[in-house]
Amino acid sequence: MATQHSRSVARLMMAPAVVLLLGWMLVPLTMTLYFSFKKYLPLRGGDLGWVGFDNYVRFVSSSSFWPAVQATLVIVGGVLVITVILGVLLAMLLDQPMWGQGVVRILVIAPFFVMPTVSALVWKNMFMDPVNGLLAHLWRFFGAEPISWLSEASMTSIIIIVSWQWLPFATLILLTAIQSLDSEQLEAAEMDGAPPLKRFYHIILPHLSRAITIVILIQTIFLLSIFAEIFVTTGGAFGTRTLTYLIFQRVLESQNVGLGSAGGVYAIILANIVAIFLMRIVGKNLDA
Amino acid sequence: MARAVTTRRKSLNTVLAWAVGLLIFFPILWTILTSFKTEAQAIASPPLFLNFNWTLENYAIVQERSDYMRFLWNSVIIAGGSTILGVIIAVPAAWAMAFVPSKRTKDILLWMLSTKMLPAVGVLYPIYLLFIRLGLLDTRGGLVVVLMLINLPIIVWMLYTYFREIPGEILEAARMDGASLKEEILYVLTPMAVPGIASTVLLNFILAWNEAFWTLNLTAVDAAPLTAFIASYSSPEGLFFAKLSAASTMAIAPILILGWFSQKQLVRGLTFGAVK
Repeated sequence: MATQHSRSVARLMMAPAVVLLLGWMLVPLTMTLYFSFKKYLPLRGGDLGWVGFDNYVRFVSSSSFWPAVQATLVIVGGVLVITVILGVLLAMLLDQPMWGQGVVRILVIAPFFVMPTVSALVWKNMFMDPVNGLLAHLWRFFGAEPISWLSEASMTSIIIIVSWQWLPFATLILLTAIQSLDSEQLEAAEMDGAPPLKRFYHIILPHLSRAITIVILIQTIFLLSIFAEIFVTTGGAFGTRTLTYLIFQRVLESQNVGLGSAGGVYAIILANIVAIFLMRIVGKNLDA
Repeated sequence: MARAVTTRRKSLNTVLAWAVGLLIFFPILWTILTSFKTEAQAIASPPLFLNFNWTLENYAIVQERSDYMRFLWNSVIIAGGSTILGVIIAVPAAWAMAFVPSKRTKDILLWMLSTKMLPAVGVLYPIYLLFIRLGLLDTRGGLVVVLMLINLPIIVWMLYTYFREIPGEILEAARMDGASLKEEILYVLTPMAVPGIASTVLLNFILAWNEAFWTLNLTAVDAAPLTAFIASYSSPEGLFFAKLSAASTMAIAPILILGWFSQKQLVRGLTFGAVK
């Protein structure tokens, strides 16, 4: 059906998007690679020549590297566990018949639309402030000593804030998946006398496995690069310096561009490992 | 056969779901409530819920002190501009991929998606440097371009999944009737594509509005949108809970309202059609 003519028109129509994205990908990537092999300090002498893999070695052997890897893993892992488990439970609850379902859905989804700087600052001040925060009031009400959340329990605090932001996303996707579950299958299982827990393990969970995988992959990619939540709360202090934040500090704060760029290359490789799995699933879906 | 649901069970679900929903929504509700308090009431112990003297003074102070309208305007221009520009570039591309697919269409789509996975921090310095060299640092135009580029893959994908749902027979029928390519796009395709394009615009406007890596790193004063405006409250002086709340409420209110309309598109847009 597609003629030679329509093919070339189609190519022309795709060209702007393809060229722009190609440029957006190749130009900065090439520059990052280029800088990563240089000693480059814009404020202290500028370009000081080629150094080979020096930056790569120094980035990994610096004392802040492993703590940053650890912080990244703990935050990503913590948020994933919380959002997936609560997301499944919430999605199952929201799927039940009830009054005012639409309104409840809106209430649950709302945090996703709050900009990251707002959610981070609202949690930091109005909830986690050790003197005037609501949590401090709550703690005192039960006779406990209020916690200085962002300094004493910094990782927990960041995980709580980010989980609150991402729970709606997980819930919404899992809810969409649950709603596509064949209800007759569940009814049949119920009639056969399968207890709720068995129904959950043998019917609901397998049905959700693909959606859960997608939630995990997409969230991982976004969570690896969370920035604003740390920027406005701890500024990377108290052990919350993630890889992303470490690279940001190397590049813009201490203006060690070569070192930061080497870190950037590591971050790109890391993200690509996750991305490959996600692309496989999305690609399969395209064929169907 | 519909499953018989007892009223008791439905009531139980309702109570539980509303309790959980309100708990999740509570930080937003609390922020909105606090924005109408005086600073003293905002930190009162025990906390005041509804029994305080409602006041609008925080909103006036925030606007006066920090020129809220300018940040709002920057947000509107940056989010709106990047979305419109992105859609203009993406519509032809998505149209071509959906209706004149070739062997490489799938690869191109997946490759576009892969550019979305590029961690921003990995290319922070090059973009920063290019912005300085091109005089784009702290300009709205520069941010419009960057946000357009980071959201372009999502826009193409969303439009592609919508376009694919338009039955090809209709296009063939139009072609048989002698419609030119231009007529086909203008009179046949566009009316059917409008809902999909509208959903795409909505979701991408929201994503661009809330973007907080490039907007924080590439702006200072002139082009700073609401994300940066709020971040400036991270080092406060004196009493400020009520003012922070007022500023936050103003920054999220427009998007919360838009967001409620885009729940369904959210799933499609953010899972790249993998979950529908």
